Amino acid sequence: MDIFLQQILNGLVLGSVYALVALGYTMVYGILGLINFAHGEVVMVGALVSLSVVELLLGTNLGLPAPLLGVVALVVAIGVCMALGFSIERIAYRPLRRAPRLAPLITAIGVSILLQTLAMLIWGRRYHTVPALIPPTPHAVAGATITNVQILIIVVSALIMAGLMGLVHFTRLGRAMRATAENPVVAGLMGVNINRIISATFVIGSALAAVAGVLVSSNYGVAHYYMGFVLGLKAFTAAVLGGIGNLPGAMVGGLLLGLIESLGAGYIGDLTGGFLGSHYQDVFAFLVLIMVLVFRPTGLLGERLSERA
Amino acid sequence: MPLLEARKISKSFGGLQALNAVSLGIEPGEIFGLIGPNGAGKTTLFNVLTGLYKPDAGAVLFNSIDVTGKKANRVVEAGMARTFQNIRLFANMTAVENVMVGRHLRGRAGPLGAVLRDRATLAEEAAIQKRSHELLDYVGVVRHAHALAKNLAYGDQRRLEIARALATDPKLLALDEPAAGMNATETRALRGLLERIRGDGITILLIEHDVRLVMGLCDRVAVLDYGKKIAEGAPSAVQRDPAVIEAYLGGALP
Amino acid sequence: MSARWRELAHWLRHDRRARWLGLVLSGVALAVLPFVLDASVGRTWVRVIDLALLYTMLALGLNIVVGFAGLLDLGYIAFYAVGAYTYALLASPHFGLHLPWWVLLPAGAVLAAFFGVVLGAPTLRLRGDYLAIVTLGFGEIIRIFLNNLNAPINITNGPQGVNLIDPINIAGVSFGRTDSLLGISFPGTHLHYYLFLVLAVLVMFVCIRLEDSRLGRAWVAIREDEIAALAMGINTRNVKLLAFAMGATFGGVAGGLFSSLQGFVSPESFVVWESITVLCMVVLGGMGHVAGVVLGALMLATLPELLRHTAAPMQQQLFGKVILDPESLRMLLFGLALILVMLLRPAGLWPSPTRRRELTSAGAPGAV
Repeated sequence: MDIFLQQILNGLVLGSVYALVALGYTMVYGILGLINFAHGEVVMVGALVSLSVVELLLGTNLGLPAPLLGVVALVVAIGVCMALGFSIERIAYRPLRRAPRLAPLITAIGVSILLQTLAMLIWGRRYHTVPALIPPTPHAVAGATITNVQILIIVVSALIMAGLMGLVHFTRLGRAMRATAENPVVAGLMGVNINRIISATFVIGSALAAVAGVLVSSNYGVAHYYMGFVLGLKAFTAAVLGGIGNLPGAMVGGLLLGLIESLGAGYIGDLTGGFLGSHYQDVFAFLVLIMVLVFRPTGLLGERLSERA
Repeated sequence: MPLLEARKISKSFGGLQALNAVSLGIEPGEIFGLIGPNGAGKTTLFNVLTGLYKPDAGAVLFNSIDVTGKKANRVVEAGMARTFQNIRLFANMTAVENVMVGRHLRGRAGPLGAVLRDRATLAEEAAIQKRSHELLDYVGVVRHAHALAKNLAYGDQRRLEIARALATDPKLLALDEPAAGMNATETRALRGLLERIRGDGITILLIEHDVRLVMGLCDRVAVLDYGKKIAEGAPSAVQRDPAVIEAYLGGALP
Repeated sequence: MSARWRELAHWLRHDRRARWLGLVLSGVALAVLPFVLDASVGRTWVRVIDLALLYTMLALGLNIVVGFAGLLDLGYIAFYAVGAYTYALLASPHFGLHLPWWVLLPAGAVLAAFFGVVLGAPTLRLRGDYLAIVTLGFGEIIRIFLNNLNAPINITNGPQGVNLIDPINIAGVSFGRTDSLLGISFPGTHLHYYLFLVLAVLVMFVCIRLEDSRLGRAWVAIREDEIAALAMGINTRNVKLLAFAMGATFGGVAGGLFSSLQGFVSPESFVVWESITVLCMVVLGGMGHVAGVVLGALMLATLPELLRHTAAPMQQQLFGKVILDPESLRMLLFGLALILVMLLRPAGLWPSPTRRRELTSAGAPGAV
């Protein structure tokens, strides 16, 4: 039973991160019908930028309290990623809005490669250790352990998701976003500046990605130029699992995928009689993706796609 | 024995009941019109009959075979071909290539034949080419055979779509607003073409808004309104049916 | 002056004797190429060409899927891996089996096709973007399994890979060492070159024939408007599956050849990056156009070697040090190429006239 609870907790932590990233994918897909392949790379940039800021500040010996450093780094990372997301949309996707579907998909892959390579050049190929700004003191919970950092991840993610739902349902911007997601043409006719809304969608998604990047690198203590690829893939799986275009769906999908992966990795040895080990963890996400797309392509909570998709 | 029979077809989308227990029967050799105000469910019914939608309830029988819910290509195999309300030609293929695609299902050459170009395959290709040119001639656009479909004039595009549908050797041709956007001359020419097609033994089902075309061309007509069939019969009778008048105009004329 | 060139081009294209002459000259040039390279720039370049020919086969295979049928497959390298490992595992000391190439190459092809069908059957009806992700996932799954199936039973030997793979042996001539024929000595690289050249030309021939056929037309129709194609009686599911399976088959054959050429395979050769490289070749060269794809493949396959020879020394000269190592430079260029090609010349460097029409006209059909 101990391992079960532990895996549940691990799954929730992992799932919170997946949810944050999945929201970015789902918002963009809901409006444009496009998988933003570069989104995973934005997460990576968020992690690495934050790391650099922290290292820089620590190096200057200003004597600032560690959590404050973390916040500053987070804010900078969010800013950089927002600018990055904005640029990606402007440069690689907007010119191709009327092109056949294959085209923006291919540019997206190109952007992904470009970002990975630039990150590799700037930060090198090595795995960077992320300094623990918050001491990961473990707490015992009914036989399992959870650290401060992990609690923080769950709480921060939950707050951000709540904030996003508030934004989407109770603000003018949110209303415009929902209208554009339903039917861009009609929304445009009603006076919504579609281009600005689309940019806003990318920017918000990128901000979430930055937070996710900081959280996940803090949790595992490591950041690396290639970390965005698999994470992005899994987060997209989570978005599809919950129902693409559906914001609550992305959150549910993220948490669920985190749990599935965690429990799967924990029990796979027992399930397959020792034949498969936990290195197959990544396979779970892919299997979930294939299952969902084959048996319930609209996802658990149903898709929300625009008229144009 | 009806060639095409719809039995109590119902279809809803979310909360909207697009079709409500619609039944009709089309006899071989007739030209049957499906009319009704916009949004009445005509194209939805079309899509159900031709296999693009699965009905929630009811059955579709073609040539006594149950084709309910079968995929569109199976329905075409059975002998029912269609055109689309918003022309769906293969824009970047030439006119003759479009029609050749229509001949696909009546051919058999596969990858092996494609690579080896054996005698049987070459003969089949030649036959496809020949038939496609014949069909283009039949509908009157053969002079544009090697023009790109997207570059053809609107009226020619509609004819090309008909030629492509005919290429599948259908027993029943289902046309979704074939005269949309046509002027009087073009419509007259279209009417001539359709009568010729009927004369060659092909049953025709058409959705149309052009009253004169429907009255002059159709043997029988069914009227849909809000997903229900409200009248059926000879065009002249249906024209005078008070329910029909109400549906179109909202009230009997004085 | 340009009138003369036009006349020459016209003569070359239409005069039968000119065509024959061109063919013979090309044939001779291709036949002596390895020896010319040997003497001028070194044998490594012959090996580069060998690999480039393999990539050409891969690109042509992927072209059937992406270019002809319009299906975005991001995990294509998985079929290469299947073919390679089939050959490797059954023609090496690993299991102690040494089956001949004429069993293993078809076996690899069939197995790859099988995987293609298994993957394609449930997924080809998905939207284009979803298909891309699923195939990406599939490619990764294959690699993960290859990397981890070494315990508790050692099937694939894990990250260490399989080595000491038997080279191809045709009529007593082993491709692994230098042989003498008619007094000329042919080293292994050269023998592989001729074999791969013949096979690559064969694959090109098959693709060209496929394009201009009933099946080829069906693929174009599906690409243009899948619903309309379905409504014209085309069994879109089977036609798409056929494209997928055929692409997989070519990948599988190329994989087996790769095993025999290298003598060694490991999961590292089949990472996502390889799938993207092959995609790059297809997109850059000219999606759907056989000649364009071959150009793209040859260009991009020789690029790494070119960069290695020029980028480092050039940067050394200009900047005094190497800022971008050839590997990073290659990745950078690939990423940029994908973006720029789609933005500026989506039909590729050498498109077929039809594709240029499809991809550059505004309001082009975008059925997904």
